[in-house]
Amino acid sequence: MFELIVAGFMFVALVFYAVTGDADYGAGMWDLLATGPRADAQRSAIERAIGPIWEADHVWLILIVVILFTAFPSAFAAMMTALNIPFTLMLVGIVLRGSAFIFRKYDIKSQGVKHGWSLLFGAASFFTPFIQGLTLAALSTGEIRIVDGRLATGFFAGWLTPFAFGCGLFALALFAFLAATYLTVDPSTERDVQNDFRLRALWSGVALAPIAFVVFITSKEGAPAMYHGLTQWWAPLLIGATLVFAIAALASLWQRRFALARIAAIAEVTLILTGWSLAQYPRLVTPDVTIFNAAAPEVTLRLLTYALVAGAIILFPSLFFLFRVFKSKES
Amino acid sequence: MGMSLAFHIVFAAIGISLPVLMVISEALYLRTGRPVFLELAKRWSRGAAILFAVGAVSGTVLSFELGLLWPGFMEKSGAIIGMPFSLEGFAFFTEAIFLGLYLMGWKRLPPLVHWFCGVLVILGGVASGIFVVTANAWMNAPAGFKIVDGKITDIDPIAAMLNPAAAHETLHMTLAAFIATGFAVAAIHAFFLLRDRRNTFHRNALGMALALACTSAPLQLISGDFSARSVAKLQPAKLAAMEAVYQTQTGSPWQLGGIPDDETRTTRYALTIPHGLSLLANRDPNSKIIGLDQFAPNDWPNVRLVHWSFDLMILSGLALIALSMAVGWLAWKHRGVPDGKWILRMIVAAGPLGFIAIEAGWVVTELGRQPWIIYGVMRTQEAVTPMPKIAIPFVIFALIYVFLSVALLYLLSRQFRKTEAPASDLVTKNV
Repeated sequence: MFELIVAGFMFVALVFYAVTGDADYGAGMWDLLATGPRADAQRSAIERAIGPIWEADHVWLILIVVILFTAFPSAFAAMMTALNIPFTLMLVGIVLRGSAFIFRKYDIKSQGVKHGWSLLFGAASFFTPFIQGLTLAALSTGEIRIVDGRLATGFFAGWLTPFAFGCGLFALALFAFLAATYLTVDPSTERDVQNDFRLRALWSGVALAPIAFVVFITSKEGAPAMYHGLTQWWAPLLIGATLVFAIAALASLWQRRFALARIAAIAEVTLILTGWSLAQYPRLVTPDVTIFNAAAPEVTLRLLTYALVAGAIILFPSLFFLFRVFKSKES
Repeated sequence: MGMSLAFHIVFAAIGISLPVLMVISEALYLRTGRPVFLELAKRWSRGAAILFAVGAVSGTVLSFELGLLWPGFMEKSGAIIGMPFSLEGFAFFTEAIFLGLYLMGWKRLPPLVHWFCGVLVILGGVASGIFVVTANAWMNAPAGFKIVDGKITDIDPIAAMLNPAAAHETLHMTLAAFIATGFAVAAIHAFFLLRDRRNTFHRNALGMALALACTSAPLQLISGDFSARSVAKLQPAKLAAMEAVYQTQTGSPWQLGGIPDDETRTTRYALTIPHGLSLLANRDPNSKIIGLDQFAPNDWPNVRLVHWSFDLMILSGLALIALSMAVGWLAWKHRGVPDGKWILRMIVAAGPLGFIAIEAGWVVTELGRQPWIIYGVMRTQEAVTPMPKIAIPFVIFALIYVFLSVALLYLLSRQFRKTEAPASDLVTKNV
């Protein structure tokens, strides 16, 4: 029972990471893609949106990893061994993005140097979520096999498949869409710049549909267990709900109701992750490692659950307070 | 991994301690209303922000690295010792949130609430440090499980967290963080004060940094003694290597320096204090000290490195304690921040000593535990990833950390260089 609760917490942390941390990557992508006469204005709007405090968004990822290795140690060991290469690449991306961000923020800037850091920041913002999509997908492919607790399929299984690449692309488009939607909300942004982001959000939101379709098609060959999950009885309901929110987000963007669009976009991302998790359940590394056979002993899971509840009681009010103060005016 | 941690330990030490300085300074500002304290608090909070951002990246890398490099270790120990890591995750998160509030709340929060956010940053930072060190302590003094037929059973995560090495390691490390950062910051401001003796900005900064460092340093003497005695009990092989004791003997001398030689099992050219080690470790000048001869040679750590690092740590520590005494005496005599040319020069010279001691101490505790990754339970060899060409990820991570450190040093020095502007400008700008 406790393994389910802990897995639930991990899912919540994953959703928060996606709608905050990964949206930061999306913002980084638009930073790199800033074009036209208002490129600089776009960049400064992005810089305003991800102030230094939002580096906290990236702590969600640390939280996910520590919960994973406490509650499902053998799954953690299996993932980190089988996907050693893409995870290492992802870390390189995280380091480069983080450092580039800090430099842009705190270094005394000459225009040329700043431009260099921006380039690195943007490039790493593309690279990292792509790899994240790729690795997450690799867990679903079923190509990574663990036999008697040992990795049997080497270090290239799963993540070099068309399905994995499709998921990487999907992650890119999804977070670009999410970030562009967020960027339309800030009321202090000039109307022209706001329009730029609105168009970008609409384009990337529409582009999601064909990519999602390709992912679904490739999953039949590339991730049969996932495909099977996505054709269960609940799947049409969930996919339908996701579609409703996707259309709602696009429609709100169209009508310039940006706050509404943001809510719909967050719901869309949450539902996509829900669908992925349900199709994946109860497998952590398809097909051999599940949340049941990889679970730590009951006592660890129970204590961890208490810790997670206590942590959440501290964390969420603090986060809420932070958001409120951030929105308030300076006195 | 050791390399990553050697860097991370410095980020973490500064990250834990800068908020302390920042909160002290803001408290002084709230009491006195003097703008120089406000400016200092803001300066240090920016430093804390940079460290936080670097720390977040470095923490992400480390949490993955545990599995990327040591899957065998994590698979065995995750369930036992993952707890403090999870708690650390929350503590770090809380620290992050309140640091965010602190940074942007200067004009949005009532002064006392703002100050209290700073206090919570300290609590979060110290707590996360303690949790992580607890996990390291467990590797030295594994507890909270049993091994029956090669299988781990009877896991008790609470007992693992409260392992016998936890108390001394966490205390020692937290004090070390305060001391090292305190003296390093003091050195920077002493340097600028030497150039411009009337600069109130640097004078006040120096005063606060010294206050933190010089009160923590003497306490470290007590904590160090506590640590040494615990190690004597828990890891006799480590103590033997620290002190280069090859033969088990009673009335063991304290040996400083020298060249330990595993072949002949002797230590040549060392300075010795008769009965010193027995006295320190067991409070009895004639007590027995277990030497390395009680262990199979393939269970020996690298004696030379451990012994020399230990001496380096002790000497740096003692030098800093002596300096603290001198500073304390001068401050008491002159009723103010010591500003004599020589004492300032000494403070500048002592700047890196705290971090040297931390790194040396880290080498002692990590290499002193080898060849074990979990003392007495699992060898490092068994824990390493089965990846072929294992050198590649090691090199990648090493490069990542060198890159991060250079970036950090560069940015912090930029921040400090800005303080070279005349103090009068500084106090009027941000009020």
